[in-house]
Amino acid sequence: MELLRSLAITGTEEVLSISGLILLLAAAWGGDKASRAISIASVAVLTVCAVLTVPALTQAAMGPAAVAWGGQFSGDAFAAFGKLLVYIGAAVALIVAPAFFERDKAMRAEFPLLVLFAAMGMGMMVSATDMLALYIGLELNSLAAYVMASLLRSDERSAEAGLKYFVLGSLASGILLYGISLTYGFTGSTSFAGIHAALAGPLSMGAVFGVVFVLAGLAFKVSAAPFHMWTPDVYEGAPTPVTTFFATAPKVAALGLLMRVSLFAFGAQPGVWQQIVIFVALLSIVIGALGAIGQDNIKRLLAYSSINNVGFMLIGLACANQAGAAAMLVYLAIYVAMSVAGFVAVLMLRDADGAPVESIAAMAGLSKTRPMLALALASVMFSLAGIPPLFGFWGKFVVFQAAVQANLLSLAAIGIAASVIGAFYYIKVVKVMYFDEATDVVTGESDMAQRVLLFVSVVAISPLGWLVTKPLGVLAGNAAAALFHIA
Amino acid sequence: MSGFPILSLMLLVPLVGAVACLMAGREGARMIALAVTLVDLVLGAVLWSHYQIGGPQWQFQEHASVFAGFEWKLGIDGIALLLIALTVFLMPICIGASWNAIEKRAGEYYANFLIMETLMIGVFTAQDLFLFYIMFEAGLIPMYLIIGIGGGADRIYASYKFFLYTLLGSVLMLIAMMWMVNEAGTSDIPTLMAYSFPVKAQTWLWLAFFASFAVKMPMWPTHTWLPDAHVQAPTAGSVILAGVLLKMGGYGFIRFSLPMFPEASAQFAPLIYGLSMAAVVITSLIALVQHDMKKLIAYSSVAHMAIVTVGLFAFNRQGLEGSMIVMLSHGIVSGALFLAVGVIYDRLHTREIDRYGGLAINMPAYALFFMLFTMASVGLPGTSGFVGEFLSLMGIYAQSSWVALVCTTGIILGAAYMLYLYRRVVFGVQKNEDAAAMPDLDAREWAMMIPLAVAVMWMGVYPETFLAPMRKDIASLEARLAQARPKGDADVQLAAMPPAAATHEHGDAMEHGEQAAHAAQHEGAR
Repeated sequence: MELLRSLAITGTEEVLSISGLILLLAAAWGGDKASRAISIASVAVLTVCAVLTVPALTQAAMGPAAVAWGGQFSGDAFAAFGKLLVYIGAAVALIVAPAFFERDKAMRAEFPLLVLFAAMGMGMMVSATDMLALYIGLELNSLAAYVMASLLRSDERSAEAGLKYFVLGSLASGILLYGISLTYGFTGSTSFAGIHAALAGPLSMGAVFGVVFVLAGLAFKVSAAPFHMWTPDVYEGAPTPVTTFFATAPKVAALGLLMRVSLFAFGAQPGVWQQIVIFVALLSIVIGALGAIGQDNIKRLLAYSSINNVGFMLIGLACANQAGAAAMLVYLAIYVAMSVAGFVAVLMLRDADGAPVESIAAMAGLSKTRPMLALALASVMFSLAGIPPLFGFWGKFVVFQAAVQANLLSLAAIGIAASVIGAFYYIKVVKVMYFDEATDVVTGESDMAQRVLLFVSVVAISPLGWLVTKPLGVLAGNAAAALFHIA
Repeated sequence: MSGFPILSLMLLVPLVGAVACLMAGREGARMIALAVTLVDLVLGAVLWSHYQIGGPQWQFQEHASVFAGFEWKLGIDGIALLLIALTVFLMPICIGASWNAIEKRAGEYYANFLIMETLMIGVFTAQDLFLFYIMFEAGLIPMYLIIGIGGGADRIYASYKFFLYTLLGSVLMLIAMMWMVNEAGTSDIPTLMAYSFPVKAQTWLWLAFFASFAVKMPMWPTHTWLPDAHVQAPTAGSVILAGVLLKMGGYGFIRFSLPMFPEASAQFAPLIYGLSMAAVVITSLIALVQHDMKKLIAYSSVAHMAIVTVGLFAFNRQGLEGSMIVMLSHGIVSGALFLAVGVIYDRLHTREIDRYGGLAINMPAYALFFMLFTMASVGLPGTSGFVGEFLSLMGIYAQSSWVALVCTTGIILGAAYMLYLYRRVVFGVQKNEDAAAMPDLDAREWAMMIPLAVAVMWMGVYPETFLAPMRKDIASLEARLAQARPKGDADVQLAAMPPAAATHEHGDAMEHGEQAAHAAQHEGAR
């Protein structure tokens, strides 16, 4: 019975791994010619998984009742919320990829498979309740990601991105593993529940070191300053569909992981990690904002913007309470929509030959040549800047409100004042598109799938998005409640 | 009228129009924009005619809880009614001003204007703190685009400055709002207006709100974005900026800072006085030496807004009513002046004062209107400017005669720079052939000028029309402020008398006997 229950809780992981293995065989047989069919099948698998997770969003059991495989895994509402976003992000990356790779004939059958396995790893990341399950999930995702970053074999930047990501990512994994071993050594457990119980007593210095190392390793994975250096290079170098993927799914998974580790495993000692999170949050906001100012490549700019946004999300974590966690999840959901919209719009920037355009200067006068695309990008920029009535504001709003409620007034005040610095480069992009003379570089046609995705995601971040604030709040609240349900 | 969501309709109509404008070409867009703004004008007239003067404080209330964390809650009092009326009155004129001037990308341009209209009405009708903030802040985007797309050579610098200045001003206000909602447990504005926040917290909250409203207003020394934005914005952009956007700052003070933080307002009143006095004198002097007509009017706006702030912080009825009238009057008059500049700018494409001269000869009708608006700006009795400035200064005189003295110099300096402008542009010799060949007003310009002129005269001759709707609201605000009112220099003499006599004799004049007693005690304690 226990086995069946566990199998049921990890249903999506099983679907993903089995279908991934079958599609792997298909890829081995069919070669790159089959890549299209495999992509479609992968999207279908991800859709099935997303549908499977939906009931768990509201009806999942909490606490020990949701735990599977002897405490390794949790199938609670928090995991479901994270998984849903992960599957959406992964599916988007698959949908936009063919049009991008088509030009270089670089579409390979491995790509959808890597995405599937990465999605499985990320599903494990958000549901892991044991340090070792966490690590396995993280590495499964990371290894797939390293390969994806260097997928464009003919492009030097892509190879560079893959190598950088691999070296720095391994370093971070090492740091994380070291932290895990210290935590295990000083608490005597690898399970989150065990660590939570052990930390509830007097705190040993060794455990503090463990916490710090674990957080440093995870900060790298969420690309928070001061562990953000890899982000702009990897985002720029990786093929844009892969960047879309990096900006959405792994970010959700890593932030979900960070939340569960901080709030559950280390939840008994918030004072230890709260100050680290506050420091990292403010530093990310400032570095993300200042770093973006000098960028002339839109992908690098969005990379800095993601550092900046992670900083805002960490403010929710810094509250160390349920409201903060719920706020962070709301922000995360909105951030996924903004990232999808942003990167899909970037994918649609093509010159007459169909080559991707990445320089911001080449976007001059886009509002005249491609008014709808310009409108979409402008919405993304204002939304990322958190200017109402665009929906991006709501994410910042709930996070700052949680901070104010948790009485972190100075953090909120400094954070929001720093967001004005960020607004500068966002409106710079709008200025280039709307106020500058047209350069007529962006003239290429866009793929239908990309158009549809862009439309859907822009509607989501448009003022119409406000209509979902209630259900989104309920779902995020459920998920956050699951995180704090410690029996 | 009860139950019909007229306010939501007024918000929705321009929004729908904006979407339609985006789809339409130039001809279509301007027709849609004009039609939509006229519809809103009619709705505004209906609103005013159904507003019960002396009725409940909040009327036309609407409520729908569709959002998490805040609610769609609308409603107006007399103060909001007047500002809404100003907005819907100016909008068709703005569209008229852009009729021929905007040739490129007209759809986007008119769409931005209509979105602006929605947001401005939204600011004045919102009864939920966060809904207000969203409307207040959202105005940045269309205004940024209006300045950036339609403006002159340095438009990009001006648009950045406008955007970042006002954004920095308002984000701190958001944190303060969150704290207030957390403390009071509601984001309902009428409830918050009656809520007593701890005095110590009020100081911080007041400063956060001040940061936002002072930039929006704009108060010296945070006014520097205004001349840049005005000079670069197209004519209609300037009209809407001076006419309505600046009023959001004053509205913020009267709706939030004063009733929500009365003690802090009293505490910071000297700061307001100081900044306002500096503004009146300094910006008036700066206006005197301008070569650019729009810049001159922009600086005069800052000076007029300083009269508004001293009136608001006079803590008495005359001051508050006067400030409201100055806001309305300035909205119409500065809008009209920018329009007058726009009329000749459209003909000669320069705003340099020196390029004009002797326009009275070839443009007599124009000269007449320009004269009327100049006089209204100076504050000539019989025009709207006089009523407001007189009341404001009277109000502040009761509080501090020195402030009144310094601020009154603004009227003199105002007369100086406005009449000097008028003399150089309209009188004198025709030194420039192009300027001498300019035709007089055409039918479209007549149609824009006449309503403005009528409004200016009406407000000057029979201000009761505009005072009546807000009288009750001003009275309740005054009552709210009474306990916190700082002791002014006019109170000193009262206090010298025996306390009992003061209460008895001056009870009527002061309206609040306890206050005189309070002042007396204060004096006695010294």
